Amino acid sequence: MLRVTDVTCARGGIPVLSEVSFDVTASKALILRGPNGIGKTTLLRTLAGLQPALGGDVDADVDDLAYASHADGIKTALSVTENLKFWADIYGNPVPDTIWEAFDLADLQDRIAGTLSAGQKRRLGLARLGVIGRKILFLDEPTVSLDGFSVKLFAKWLQDTHLAGGGIAVIATHIDLGIDAPELDLTPFKADLNIGGGADEAFL
Amino acid sequence: MSFWEYANPKKFMGWTAPVLPYVFGAAALCLTVGLIWGFFFTPDDFRQGSTVKIIYLHVPAATMATGTWFMMLAASLIWVVRRHHVSALAARAAAPIGLTMTLIGLLTGAIWGQPMWGTYWAWDPRLTSFLILFLFYLGYIAMWEAIEDPDTAADLTSVLCMVGSVFAILSRYAVNFWNQGLHQGASLSLDAEEHVSDVFWQPLVICIVGFVLLFVGLVLMRTRTEIRARRIRALEARARRA
Amino acid sequence: MIALLLRDLRLAVRAGGGFGLGLAFFLIVIILVPFGVGPQVDLLTRIAPGILWIASLLAALLSLDRIFALDFEDGSLGLLATSPLPLEGAALMKALAHWITTGLPLTIVAPALGFLLSLAPEAYSYLLLSLLLGTPALSMIGTFGAALTVGLRRGGLLLSLLVLPLYVPTLIFGAEAVRRGADGLDATGALILLGTITAGCFALLPFATAATLRMNLR
Repeated sequence: MLRVTDVTCARGGIPVLSEVSFDVTASKALILRGPNGIGKTTLLRTLAGLQPALGGDVDADVDDLAYASHADGIKTALSVTENLKFWADIYGNPVPDTIWEAFDLADLQDRIAGTLSAGQKRRLGLARLGVIGRKILFLDEPTVSLDGFSVKLFAKWLQDTHLAGGGIAVIATHIDLGIDAPELDLTPFKADLNIGGGADEAFL
Repeated sequence: MSFWEYANPKKFMGWTAPVLPYVFGAAALCLTVGLIWGFFFTPDDFRQGSTVKIIYLHVPAATMATGTWFMMLAASLIWVVRRHHVSALAARAAAPIGLTMTLIGLLTGAIWGQPMWGTYWAWDPRLTSFLILFLFYLGYIAMWEAIEDPDTAADLTSVLCMVGSVFAILSRYAVNFWNQGLHQGASLSLDAEEHVSDVFWQPLVICIVGFVLLFVGLVLMRTRTEIRARRIRALEARARRA
Repeated sequence: MIALLLRDLRLAVRAGGGFGLGLAFFLIVIILVPFGVGPQVDLLTRIAPGILWIASLLAALLSLDRIFALDFEDGSLGLLATSPLPLEGAALMKALAHWITTGLPLTIVAPALGFLLSLAPEAYSYLLLSLLLGTPALSMIGTFGAALTVGLRRGGLLLSLLVLPLYVPTLIFGAEAVRRGADGLDATGALILLGTITAGCFALLPFATAATLRMNLR
């Protein structure tokens, strides 16, 4: 269960979204929509605890949260297996055998990550989500540079493995992932110009 | 009403504006009296001759060089603990003044050192630690300039100032270990037998008070400038969004 | 924590990791010194302790900006910050990895280069011991400096400006120990102080480094 109450978040010290509230229950996903620059990334980073919120509450165990964006911490000098093994070790988990099939990486296991194509690298980055064992995922445009087949593959993993196992996902995306999830349009939450709380507030 | 209310940027601008002329006035008075008294109405030292009179610039500048760093340390701690913007900006405003004071201390020391020790510069512990302090100021100022986000800059420079203080003190002891020097002991101390005699001492104290007042005035003035700069920044950011 | 250490070591020895560059730099600096000051053996013997220490300090400085910059760019640092691994531990491991890839090799080859500079025979053991005690502090202080400048575009130069003054005490005690050893004096005091600085750095700086990283990641 993830409960977000009246969260206000800021980018570069300026509030961008104010009083965002939503609930997501176990095994469910939520898709965030909104034009570029509305603050989807900022909101996801704030919810995941990477930056402080200006106000509001995120009701969830911090140790359940994980944020993922295009910067997915893949080391180009390490092999695919070494990359996944590293993150699994950091989180104290084993690498599940099913991960290779789920992200179509079985043939690439021993390849050096630097020699992968952009799409393959992206799949490796997403596979990281499968080894860290976090319940609540905040995904920022997870399907960038993936082809149609890989998008389906990822949606299938999300639906059948992550959500089916009681996980939660909050996803900012522009395409249709083909998973059954409600959508939340962030446009109405755009922060008013005169809202307080920004870093420069004391100087105005 | 608490004491900290005066640290609100608007309040700060309010109370500093009328105070500033008095601070500068008092600084000018002290410096005029102290320097004229020191330069023209004290006897020449029996060993050092008239060169001793540079003490009226050298000692106050050196005092303020270290004093400024301590003020920056205190301001950094206040920013870290209570997050008063003015505190961080005051630390930023003080750094170039401290740098200048260090430079004045080093230069007047060199001018004094030439007739006394026969050299402008020696790798004496005191001189060396001031040179190291100079480097610390440079690094601190460069750090402020390098970071775009003002709050992140305040955070990082505060950490730098705190860690730097520890290392500055370590360096002070390290250079003592490394080389015993020729520099005389502290010119002013409460119990030492050998401090400078009363005729020199009185104008010196006035000069030090003058330097402190000058420092306070400059810091207030520069902090006001920093606050205005932040305000412009905030207004611009707001205008861009509108 | 060990996983992070192993990954960093693996990255350092893989292609493009830059392992060995610091050593090569160390070698070149030492070779250049006699060209600058002249080949007189007695002069070289006298300045060898200081030159060896300054050269290893500069060689350690060379690779500092890589400690966090690459992890910051590819997002690993942000992911590490939200992982179960405490950031203090990560900072410690980063410093340790830097030491194993630069400080330790420098310590091992330093005696060979001391030979080039006609270092006094009595000083070799002190050179080894002082570098062994002192270079970890260089790595830890450098890691802190790297954390301060991690988000900056041209952080490398600023990093040197920030870190070099912090190296002063380590350099003084390290070089002094070797010099005393070369002169046949008692160097125990300098070595103890050097060890104290290293211990103090490792006890306190991981916390400052982690705090700094959190500020930079916000």
